[in-house]
Amino acid sequence: MNTSPVDFQANLAPEEAKLGESARVAGAMRGFAREIGALSALRLDACVHCGMCADACHFYIVTEDPQYTPVLKVEPFKQVFKREAGAFAPVFRWFGLKAKITGAELARWQHLLYDSCNLCGRCSLMCPMGIDIAELIEQARRGMFEAGLAPKELYEKAAHQRRTGQPEPSDEPYRDKLLAIGRRFNVEIPLDKPRAEVLLTVPRTDIEHYPAAVAALVRVMAHLKADCTFRSDGLVAENYGYYAGGRDWQREISRRLIDQAVACQAKVLIVPECGHAYSALRWEAAELMGKSLPFKVLHITEYLAEALEAGRLRLRTAQVGATAFHDPCQLVRKGGITAAPRQLLRAMGIEPRETVRHIGYNICCGGGGGVFDIERAATLRHRVVEEKFHEIDQTGAQTFLTTCSDCRRTFDDGKKRFNWELTPGSLLELVAEHLQGG
Amino acid sequence: MDLVDFARGPALKAAFIIFILGIVWRIVNVLLLRHKRILSEPRRSVPVALLAGLKGTGSRSWPHPEFIKRTVTGEALGYSYHIGLFIVILLFAPHIIFFGSFIGARWPALPNSVVTIFAVITITLFVAVLARRLGHPVLRHLSNFDDFFSWFVVALLLVTGLMATAHVGAPYHTILGLHILSFDLLLIWYPFGKLMHAFYIFPTRAVDGYVMTRKGAPS
Repeated sequence: MNTSPVDFQANLAPEEAKLGESARVAGAMRGFAREIGALSALRLDACVHCGMCADACHFYIVTEDPQYTPVLKVEPFKQVFKREAGAFAPVFRWFGLKAKITGAELARWQHLLYDSCNLCGRCSLMCPMGIDIAELIEQARRGMFEAGLAPKELYEKAAHQRRTGQPEPSDEPYRDKLLAIGRRFNVEIPLDKPRAEVLLTVPRTDIEHYPAAVAALVRVMAHLKADCTFRSDGLVAENYGYYAGGRDWQREISRRLIDQAVACQAKVLIVPECGHAYSALRWEAAELMGKSLPFKVLHITEYLAEALEAGRLRLRTAQVGATAFHDPCQLVRKGGITAAPRQLLRAMGIEPRETVRHIGYNICCGGGGGVFDIERAATLRHRVVEEKFHEIDQTGAQTFLTTCSDCRRTFDDGKKRFNWELTPGSLLELVAEHLQGG
Repeated sequence: MDLVDFARGPALKAAFIIFILGIVWRIVNVLLLRHKRILSEPRRSVPVALLAGLKGTGSRSWPHPEFIKRTVTGEALGYSYHIGLFIVILLFAPHIIFFGSFIGARWPALPNSVVTIFAVITITLFVAVLARRLGHPVLRHLSNFDDFFSWFVVALLLVTGLMATAHVGAPYHTILGLHILSFDLLLIWYPFGKLMHAFYIFPTRAVDGYVMTRKGAPS
């Protein structure tokens, strides 16, 4: 590696901290090797070190710190590729042109691969060579995970979710919390039906922090008379295996939902307001399972926009004043969902005020990709959210909406930090409040 | 055998063989690696995604307005010296004779004086590129041996070419020999470093355009 990032102490779970140097290096090699293929090789080989990806990354934009240059974050992955699988790998090894990677060296990359990347893909849009840098970073995370170098918070949540289906212990199981939300908001929670056309999932963030969004989901589905159900054994939409970089764990966590969808013969699995959950299920689950999914995966905004187009959903005009909308990166930039949220907004008489950088090119909330969960990343992500607040303020909006509970939580946290005037809201909740005849 | 004979004789042959074999091996090595199966249900059809991939090979050449304010210097420098290189390499009469002898073709040349002006401009741009790489915090942080050596190999070719045209520095025959040798060096280094981007740029853009359009995402 030609340069080293700032010397952060690795932030490890006790289980990870136990690993010795040889096990760590062997794990990294195993993890990176699994990710090396024709596509990643082409991408790793093609970089010309133009540095323009830095100008797309919000972590660089707000800090002007060159260590946050996106393509630099994949250096460990590139080093292993060049040394072990590149066209001239033997030359690199024999002449010592690429050193063997060490655990200590990898540990220094933890901050760059996890604390300062939302996997948002803005850098990939910028790259003049057309390299999907965000995907390379995701693959590099997988090597880090195998090396026992995923951040403690993500590793522990992924481990818990893999074991129990929910990413952290709770005073009562999420199933019971879900039913309690139903009682509190006076909605009937469809739960554990043996057969249903639509399998509903729920963000852990909504269960814990935004129960009104859960109620809104149920209310909207009931309004549409959808044959749907939650399943106790596959509730949580988020995938902490994905955040942590645990390929096998990600697959197992996805499998839990897939099995439930298959068991109830669902034709559609709905990912609620959560961007990364959408990416994990919509674009990665089939690849990890090694087969196509026997059902559609739809984000709730897509599902509702389809209902709108079919005339099944009609909405009343919302009197909410000038409104700005934040496109979650995983939905718009990596997921292709651009029109659906705007269709819903317009159906409520809202013409969204776009931020200066908008739709596919907008900057992130700063909390996605697991960054919100990483305690030590808070200062850095606050700088990103502050930048986003400036952009939203410039629109003159009185109402601010998004359709990802992790974005919303990041904005809420930023609101407290900066005493921001607006309150981040949920598009789904607004829809539920404006159902015609509802 | 004098320097020129050596440079355009056995040295050029050896360099050319390394150039061809190296490029072929580097591409074959990528193709031989595991190919990921894409199994998720596409949002856009395969023909639409393929077409977008094809379009992306060109459309990526011009940055989106969103980014241009921050990247304009790099873009302008990059475009300018690439254009300069193409003019000097492909539109200089002696080069046309040299390359034409291999492919059995000729094409119109620019007057020598015009090409000389372009060569001077291109060398100046190359100096600016190096200064920027050394002075820009991101580029300095990112740069490695490949970045500097690739720069050196191309710059050497430009400088020796200009010296040969201007008849300065050493007897013409010696400078010409050095110029051709520097071309040999370029051919030898080409497959090993970032100069390979000329072969990667279009496939990478096409793949990205295909993959992202398949998802309905911007590319």
